[in-house]
Amino acid sequence: MKKLVISIVLVNLLAACASKKEPESVAAPATPTQKVEKQVEGSKTTPAAPSAATDIDPLNDPNSILSKRSAYYPFDVAVVQDEDKPMVQAHAKYLAGHSNRNVRLEGNCDERGSNEYNLSLGQRRADGVKKMLELGGAKASQLDNVSYGEEKPRCTDHDEACWKQNRRTDLNYAK
Amino acid sequence: MAGVLRGLFGLWLLVQASISMATLNIEIIGAGENQIPIAIVPFGGDEKIAQTINEVVTGDLLRSGLFRLVDPAGKSPHQPAEVNYADWQVRGAEALAIGMVEAQLNGRIEARFRLLDAVKETELAGQAVSANENQIRAIGHRIADLIYEKMTGDKGVFSTRIVYVNRQGKRFSLVVADSDGHNEQVVLAQNEPIMSPAWSPDGSHLAYVSFETGHATVYVQSLYTNQRVVLANFRGSNSAPAWSPDGKQLAVVLTRDGSSQIYLVRPDGSELRRLSFSGAIDTEPNFSPDGQSLLFTSDRGGSAQIYRMPVAGGPAQRMTFDEGTNFSPRHSLDGKSFVFAHLVKGKFYIAVQDLQAGQMSLLTEGGWEKRPSFAPNGKLILFASEARGRGILATVSSDGRVKQHMFTQNGDAREPMWGPYN
Repeated sequence: MKKLVISIVLVNLLAACASKKEPESVAAPATPTQKVEKQVEGSKTTPAAPSAATDIDPLNDPNSILSKRSAYYPFDVAVVQDEDKPMVQAHAKYLAGHSNRNVRLEGNCDERGSNEYNLSLGQRRADGVKKMLELGGAKASQLDNVSYGEEKPRCTDHDEACWKQNRRTDLNYAK
Repeated sequence: MAGVLRGLFGLWLLVQASISMATLNIEIIGAGENQIPIAIVPFGGDEKIAQTINEVVTGDLLRSGLFRLVDPAGKSPHQPAEVNYADWQVRGAEALAIGMVEAQLNGRIEARFRLLDAVKETELAGQAVSANENQIRAIGHRIADLIYEKMTGDKGVFSTRIVYVNRQGKRFSLVVADSDGHNEQVVLAQNEPIMSPAWSPDGSHLAYVSFETGHATVYVQSLYTNQRVVLANFRGSNSAPAWSPDGKQLAVVLTRDGSSQIYLVRPDGSELRRLSFSGAIDTEPNFSPDGQSLLFTSDRGGSAQIYRMPVAGGPAQRMTFDEGTNFSPRHSLDGKSFVFAHLVKGKFYIAVQDLQAGQMSLLTEGGWEKRPSFAPNGKLILFASEARGRGILATVSSDGRVKQHMFTQNGDAREPMWGPYN
């Protein structure tokens, strides 16, 4: 059964790479999918499911805003930007409704500072996302916030096209 | 007791030598203004040992940028009586080094050398240097130190070591090497980042930041036993360890109480005491040589600048005011100035500033130049840089003239620090 879940998730992820659309409402799932997702969720703390539409874990839905897992920043800035606020708030809501879910917030920076200053700035970025998630209903125990500074860059070119990719906080959900 | 310790030390070196890897490749980019012409005559005695010593001495003196090597051209005096000064004066040599080396029955090597003034035709120095048979390079470095000191008046740093991080893809290694790049020893190797290595004042320990726990954690590791302790593993990031000059405590940067703030702690992790209370980013603390004050980086004024505060606690004073941002301050040996990384118009420079007069001057041409540290004679600065698309280490003399680039065999070299006198 687990194998089936993995292949479904992989298919979803592939679909997500192909298109980036506005989040749509989740369609009613086909029956086999529904059964499998319930097994993954576990039987303990499933919140009240008002309709069949929420039985798919929205975290795995490529059309959901939750599929966005990174907030981005201007140079030397650590506050969550307006364009990322809906995404962060959506994750807050999700976490509030799924108390068994944990997420690691990983702050990163571009290379234009000392390595230590960037470690601190990355931590500030992760802290900012954490605060917003908590305000949106997530519990502190669900959140772990760390920084990688400039030590785990997505790219290493000396240009803004690369730098802006590295100025980010990643929301890394535990599997 | 001393004999046992020396034996153990020798054994440790033997063990370490067996896991040493490649060497740094060093290129000389700039030289001093007036170079001293000196002839180094290969020593008499055991030919193989003499050749190694000769390579080390000439390499060290050349890399200092302060000497021009005069070719012995077949002349090989080993004793003062064998020296025909006219031979050397006609070649323009100001000084001449000659000697003998002997492998003794107990496994020790002894070199006896003399430094002669070729112009005045007198002896400047004479010394016997001995070591174990696996420490021939150390003999060469010691002789180079003695020549350097006699000719320039400054202490040589050829017998010192450096530490740095090598990154190759996702692989990080913490490496200690001789200052000429030889005898690399891997202190830590892993697939998570390593940052900010800091030598203890006596060279026996390294403090560093490792991400092996999943977040920045500070460790203190013995270079003799390889044993280590966790210095700080609180929530968030633990980083920027800096030793006090007496080795009895470290400054560290923790986010346990909110933003990055500076704390003091004992080398075993005990007696944690908070020092800064700014609510901003305060990081990269560096003790003054008298242990009384700290320089550090802070953005409490809106952008990253250098500040200074008393270790005993008290208000901080801003030190840098020109256009641009400033990071990574380190006091000079005499405590009168500090070196730091200066970022302006998109370029990182290594800069030095006088603590009293507040005058800043740039030592390098600008690029990606970070994390400067002084050699223990205060005459050379080691820093991270970039060349040929790779991270490298670089040195510049305190007057900005003598420059070197140091390349690792593979990957990027980062986060260097020059070690103390041995």
